[in-house]
Amino acid sequence: MSFDAAYQSQKLKSVGTRPLRPDGVDKVTGRARYGADFNMPGQLVARVLRSPHAHARIVRMDTGAAEALKGVKAVVTAADLPDLTNGDAELFAVLDNCMARTKALYDGHAVAAVAAIDERTAKQALKLIEVEYEILPHVVDVDAAMVADAPILNDELFTGGVDPKPDTPSNVANRAEFGHGDVDAGFAEADFIVERSYKTEQTHQGYIEPHACVASCNPDGTAELWVCTQGHFVFRQNCADLLGLEVSKLRVTSSEIGGGFGGKTHVWAEPVALALSRKAGRPVKLVMSRDEVFRASGPTSATSIDVKIGAKADGKITAAMATLRYSSGPYPGMWAELGAMTSFACYDLENVKTVGFEVIVNRPKVAAYRAPSAPMAAFAVESAIDELAQKLGVNAVELRIKNAAREGTKSSYGPVYGPIGIGPTLEAAQSHPHMSAPLGKNQGRGMACGFWFNFGGQTCSDLNVNADGTVALAVGTVDVGGSRASLSLIAAEELGIDYKDVKAVVADTATLGYNDMTDGSRGTFSSSMATISAARNAIAIMRARAALTWDIPVEDVYWEDGHAKAAGTKYGNLSPLSVRDIAAESGNTGGPIAGHSELVADGAGVSFATHICDVEVDPETGATSIIRYTVIQDAGKAVHPSYVEGQYQGGAAQGIGWALNEEYIYGADGRLQNSGFLDYRIPVCSDLPMIDTQILEIPNPNHPYGVRGVGETSIVPPLAATANAVSNAVGVRMSHIPMSPPRILAALNAERD
Amino acid sequence: MVDVTLWGGLVPLADDQKTLSIEADTIRELLRKLQERYPALSGPIKNEVAVVIDGVIYRNDWSQRIPEGAEVFLMRRLAGG
Repeated sequence: MSFDAAYQSQKLKSVGTRPLRPDGVDKVTGRARYGADFNMPGQLVARVLRSPHAHARIVRMDTGAAEALKGVKAVVTAADLPDLTNGDAELFAVLDNCMARTKALYDGHAVAAVAAIDERTAKQALKLIEVEYEILPHVVDVDAAMVADAPILNDELFTGGVDPKPDTPSNVANRAEFGHGDVDAGFAEADFIVERSYKTEQTHQGYIEPHACVASCNPDGTAELWVCTQGHFVFRQNCADLLGLEVSKLRVTSSEIGGGFGGKTHVWAEPVALALSRKAGRPVKLVMSRDEVFRASGPTSATSIDVKIGAKADGKITAAMATLRYSSGPYPGMWAELGAMTSFACYDLENVKTVGFEVIVNRPKVAAYRAPSAPMAAFAVESAIDELAQKLGVNAVELRIKNAAREGTKSSYGPVYGPIGIGPTLEAAQSHPHMSAPLGKNQGRGMACGFWFNFGGQTCSDLNVNADGTVALAVGTVDVGGSRASLSLIAAEELGIDYKDVKAVVADTATLGYNDMTDGSRGTFSSSMATISAARNAIAIMRARAALTWDIPVEDVYWEDGHAKAAGTKYGNLSPLSVRDIAAESGNTGGPIAGHSELVADGAGVSFATHICDVEVDPETGATSIIRYTVIQDAGKAVHPSYVEGQYQGGAAQGIGWALNEEYIYGADGRLQNSGFLDYRIPVCSDLPMIDTQILEIPNPNHPYGVRGVGETSIVPPLAATANAVSNAVGVRMSHIPMSPPRILAALNAERD
Repeated sequence: MVDVTLWGGLVPLADDQKTLSIEADTIRELLRKLQERYPALSGPIKNEVAVVIDGVIYRNDWSQRIPEGAEVFLMRRLAGG
């Protein structure tokens, strides 16, 4: 990378302020265009036929009657999405998930789709498609799927990562192990040991906007896709691969996005919409219903985790071990591996071992959910740490500080840490007024730490200086949390102009180079780096234009406070030229002025957070209220502090929902029982207090302004912080998430008995 | 000379060795030499690898220099939300 991303301490004028977001007016007035708000002439409506069975062989399908129905323009099945994946198992899983081929693998698995002139006709056509299923035994529970006589989902799947390689198929796709030292020796040294098993149920990202797209395939081989996504360049690649299209002929435009949290990093219905459009020869709109979103898109894993931690009487942990079993839906994933990597990452441990098992089950294909896999592992480990503190009779924060990872610690997943921020978050928690506030009757306080990796990736941006001196900034990372405001602040900072003079847009795939998705907390981290680079390239051009204007060598022109200035005393009579001045003359000094940047933004740095939670539990009903909640996290540098706080609060709110209420509930028939927001309860504003935040700013050495990603880590501690609070409130260790009222009452009744 | 530690999934593809010594100044050179020595690593290196140098994770920047005596890990590329 030619761009020098090293941190430089400097006084910042725009970065760190809180201006209004550029997309705000559109959003509050309803003008913002989301996935379903786009329309094309002659557009058809698509509906998808989904399996009502958890596991069934597709014996026969007859689409003739549906195709014959007046108003139906196309019907597609797996035959219309042939396997072009060339042995790429991961891509094949995406294809098979978009449209079942020989077997339906979960309740809601797509088996056919219709495009018709209106929704009524499309729904009518679905009823005319005859599907003969051979119902097979199913398994939806992660532990049940691992037992020897469990129904096998895939006869060709043999457990990887074990020696010798098995010769019988299994639902356990892979075993991965991390750690160092000798845990047996460490446990032998321990004065106290805690050991417990934990479960977390499957949850959905719960984005308010369902998946939606409009696809248009043209007879000349070109195609367009308007879609709600976290990564339109990746969607372009996936759709092109699955449909055999040339990448350059598929133009993908991302809409505004009503939440993604990882669930929109994956194609679910877009290839189906394109296949329908290709067959019908007309544009096709496909919008998932909420029921379809729950049944057939992106939940996170359900888990079953065993944790064992040993410590000396002085609180020093001598050994730690975890076995983590994560469901991944019907296709192998790497979710348990991520859990195994992150589980003990907050701690400095001599002896640690984690083992992750990826388990396939008859549930929807799992997708990333904000720091994927880390919250469940943190729930188990941080619960055990709290229990250890109680056993040792020491303060829970002090125990964590005593064992916290620091610079030079060998992480539980392998590498040695550089400078890291867990210590400062714990110390801030220890001295936070929340930690010493009095508690009332039936109330309890809990705290927990969390870790996430963060990453950067391929990034590209264009910065165009307009003739009036305003700036158009085109970025390729979808704005999921206010990044257009943050990136405008960055451009303003570099150029020395006003925030209001920068207009940032998310460019489509035909107008900007490739960008990785907005995931891994990378949106602002990566695109800010590309924006800084592009701005500096534009400044280099503006310095040259000023030199031409003044007829002096460019080496004698420097940039300061948004102006080109002539260096030294010999040009003392030259007034500085502003961006506006230089832009006004650009037509006669060489033409348009722009700065471009294409780079890889590596060096994101790992991230830590500490949360404090107070709850009140009604002992009669088991209902839990969050009384007070505090998030403490290192942002490196908060570009727009309001949006950093928003990320902290949003992650906490989602984690609280996961901890207290959210869960996929399956019937004995393997069908999802609660595929709607009435029965799948996410927190609403009235459920939560104002979530307090404390932003720490320990500069990232690998970013010019010290910025770190902030989007994901805030969902890691809440499950554990809330569970510790509830456990402390009711006096019973809660080991099963969500801690819904019936589950808390059952635990209380068991204790009373 | 760099000592590079492989994640568990790669070990069987590298004659069951968890740690390898390679002469390399950059990530690109390291990965090229690993593939030359163990061709079975080519698949994972193409799509699945991130390289950790002294605790900093690199997913794409194969021009990154590896300092003398650096700690180097090959990790799986991570998913994010």
